[in-house]
Amino acid sequence: MARIVAGIGTSHTPAIGACVDNGKTGEPYWAPLFKGYEPAKAWMARTRPDVAIVVYNDHVNAFDFKIIPTFALGCAEEFPIADEGWGPRPVPPVKGYPELAAHLVQSLVLDEFDITIVNEMQVDHGLTVPLTLLCGTPQAWPCRVIPLAVNVIQYPAPTGHRCYMLGRAIRKAVESWNEELKVVIFGTGGMSHQIQGPRAGLINTPFDTAFLDGLSRDPERLVAIEPLEYLRDAGAEAIELVMWLVMRGALGERVEEIHRFYRVPASSTAVGNIILESR
Amino acid sequence: MTAREQTEAYEDIPGTWVFDAQRARQGYHLNEFLYSLMKAANRAAFLANEAEYTRRFAMTEAQRTAVLRRDWNKLLELGGVSYALAKLAFTDGKSYQYMASRMTGMTEKEYVEMMLHGGRSPDGWRSRAERQGRA
Repeated sequence: MARIVAGIGTSHTPAIGACVDNGKTGEPYWAPLFKGYEPAKAWMARTRPDVAIVVYNDHVNAFDFKIIPTFALGCAEEFPIADEGWGPRPVPPVKGYPELAAHLVQSLVLDEFDITIVNEMQVDHGLTVPLTLLCGTPQAWPCRVIPLAVNVIQYPAPTGHRCYMLGRAIRKAVESWNEELKVVIFGTGGMSHQIQGPRAGLINTPFDTAFLDGLSRDPERLVAIEPLEYLRDAGAEAIELVMWLVMRGALGERVEEIHRFYRVPASSTAVGNIILESR
Repeated sequence: MTAREQTEAYEDIPGTWVFDAQRARQGYHLNEFLYSLMKAANRAAFLANEAEYTRRFAMTEAQRTAVLRRDWNKLLELGGVSYALAKLAFTDGKSYQYMASRMTGMTEKEYVEMMLHGGRSPDGWRSRAERQGRA
């Protein structure tokens, strides 16, 4: 049987990808961030998952505004890297797992989640920056990837509760797949940030710290956070954190916190990283 | 909370234009224009004649003027979404951080400095009342 063994929460700030791609990781602004991710990278290399489900959001790259799916699951063999306006990132193409993805769709729809099936999709920094942070710069990504794109751009995003329940349904779906597979799930985006309007640059470290604590010890408290509270207290784009709740929901009740890192800033963002193993 | 109450609550957050369904509806053609700037050929065509290129899209005159003036906050108000607006900044050879700094009225240097010192505190920015020192 396939098993979800761990979850990774991480920011996906585009400037981090640009920094790696341009060889600037040693600069004083960036060096502490990459040092902070070293334990997570080492953990990823040790854990050697077969598949990573990456919960992320597209930033007006794969999806324009013609169609706005709330939950879109990538079912393709391969996902090309998007040109977001300055050329595609020079990273390997992302290899999918169509058989498992199709199974997930089937299971999730029967569990009353209306998943949009995507058979062709480019992936942007929301998905590739987390892979870079956890896997470095390999010739090929070390595992297959199933992208799960969540609409957090046009409000309202799905609620934290809905995301958490989706995570639980994903766990059930994975466990009903009859193949020995080690699966990890990424929840990406966040943490506190706002990148629009006169209030841009907002950071709320106490909110972020409490969020990381909650993932580890009291996810039910996080599930109850209202959409408005993310916007008001942690910035308009902090709503991305609901994607971390998909990840947490997929881990089952008991988790062990393996690693945590937090730093301000990367560009306009508070960067957070947490690794939770299912127990 | 009903959808209407939600919108009223969004409007109470100072310095922020929440990209909700109504604003997205108003911004549709503007955002499709911005989306077109993902292609290098379109970026070149836009820069060669900005006014003419924008006429390919059914946006309003107010939106068109705001594009030509790079009036970032006006673009947010008229339904532009920041991730799409970033493509206009990239077309100008500018960064996300530059665009954000213009929205705040700071220079890019001042904005970067603020971020290096932990960013903008939410205190005083949670509601209009808090902004006016009434809460």
